[in-house]
Amino acid sequence: MSSQPMEAPEPNNKDGISRRDVFAKIGLLLNGLAVAVLATPVVGYVLSPILRGERGRYKSWVSLGELDEFPEGQTRLAKFQNPVSSSWDGDTDHIPCWVRRISGEQFQVFAINCAHLGCPVRWFAQSSLFMCPCHGGVYYQDGSRASGPPPRGLFEYAYKVENGKLMIEAGQLPTLSTTAKLETGSRGCQG
Amino acid sequence: MSRLKQIGDWFGARLQIGPAIRESMAHPVPSKSASWWYVFGSAALTVFILQVFTGILLAIIYVPSAAEAWNSLQYLNHGVTLGWFLRGVHGWGSNFMCALVLIHMCQVFLFGAYKFPRELTWIVGVFLLLLTLGMAFTGQVLRFDQDAYWGLGIGASIVGRVPLIGAFMVHMLLGGPIIAGDTLSRFFAIHVFVIPGLLFGLVSLHLLMVLKLGINDWPMPGRIVRRSTYLKEYHELTQKDGVPFVPEAVWKDMFFSAMIIVSVMVCAVFFGPFGPSGYPDPTIIQTVPKPDFFFQWLYAMLALLPPEVETPLLLIGPVIGIGFLVLLPFISGEGEKSWRRRPIAVVTLLLIAVSLGTFTQLAS
Repeated sequence: MSSQPMEAPEPNNKDGISRRDVFAKIGLLLNGLAVAVLATPVVGYVLSPILRGERGRYKSWVSLGELDEFPEGQTRLAKFQNPVSSSWDGDTDHIPCWVRRISGEQFQVFAINCAHLGCPVRWFAQSSLFMCPCHGGVYYQDGSRASGPPPRGLFEYAYKVENGKLMIEAGQLPTLSTTAKLETGSRGCQG
Repeated sequence: MSRLKQIGDWFGARLQIGPAIRESMAHPVPSKSASWWYVFGSAALTVFILQVFTGILLAIIYVPSAAEAWNSLQYLNHGVTLGWFLRGVHGWGSNFMCALVLIHMCQVFLFGAYKFPRELTWIVGVFLLLLTLGMAFTGQVLRFDQDAYWGLGIGASIVGRVPLIGAFMVHMLLGGPIIAGDTLSRFFAIHVFVIPGLLFGLVSLHLLMVLKLGINDWPMPGRIVRRSTYLKEYHELTQKDGVPFVPEAVWKDMFFSAMIIVSVMVCAVFFGPFGPSGYPDPTIIQTVPKPDFFFQWLYAMLALLPPEVETPLLLIGPVIGIGFLVLLPFISGEGEKSWRRRPIAVVTLLLIAVSLGTFTQLAS
């Protein structure tokens, strides 16, 4: 190529630092600052699913219905609308759970999700067992693990009876690490 | 000078890419490498382009909303002219792309093509495999049916096993506390923007390196790769025994790619699109969720692993597997390329293939 270099020769400088270098570095610094300023709200936006749920804000008390919908000694499927939801959720914010009325106001409310990998467990009244269709997890009627791959018993919701209604504290998909907020604490892990 | 040539020259003078294109087309390929064994990579690229086109066409109808996605898929299947066909091509194209990327990887492994100086080409390829599987999983989520819903539950449950930050990761994966509207929206963004963008970038890099470093020479037993001499030997080989990529090698790529596209279309016509299965309502619990073909080996494995080792295997297994693939060209960057002289490599590959095949068989 025969084209001549466009720039004028650099003025002699004893330190080897030219004005152009200094401006290029300042320009770089300004861009870095702009990126940092922009990044802060972006990080907040991206982390919103975590920040919104801080301090248990995802969970609240929801009603499962009148007490007499749950006969004593039986385990029945109940449904509730998830407390955190939006109009474009379709039916995905309708969450099922298993209600076991032991006697009187003594209940156990189990999450539908298998403690293994979250599939929907089904109640088989004849054998008094919960069974999972995915990987063969089996639980006793009190939710403790009977066999198969689950590392623990079924997840339980905290419950209370208020004005003749059964209420549970719910709001998030239970997994092995999102359980703590769902547990009553009365029932430990099953081996 | 013809009018066409004038127009060509007008663009050529401004774009300045003519020489680069001519150089790429004419780049010498060792004559033995102009083989039917070397067609899988280009076929995977062809299917990727097919996926981009059919994906854009589906996106002009599909509604990425948890409330409407399932209905819009029904509309695509039954209401839009040939919508079922495009869904079929995209769904089968996905299976073909996974298969081709895997076959390409096995071929590259058996032919020792990951050795010096093509280490980085291999490493980029490992990430292309992961991104392809990422496309398959996120695509299955966009088919927002019961399998997709409970598949997300399985994904969240696996992520929830991560110590300390498991809960954060579950909420980041789902975009909120439960599988709902925000979940589908973020998987749509990942499937349509994030992973395709990464794929475009890495595929370009992968191709550039294939062109710059040259296609792997046919592995001959006894022809040893040494860092000190390989480049010179390869240069001599292409000088002595090289043929131009176009037309000597490219016609095989074109034949095979065309055959693959026809096969995808035949599958789409005869087997139709995938689902959607039942409406995504979690209160319908009479369902047996099942993942797509390329994840079924994992599904079977999860049923068979003892509970005590499951979490460590789920969390550490992928790190070891991916780590091994990335480090492979550094572990054996030199030496024999021929599978005839690499019994451990051949046996390892067979063992993995038989295991994955058996697990897939068990799940179906």
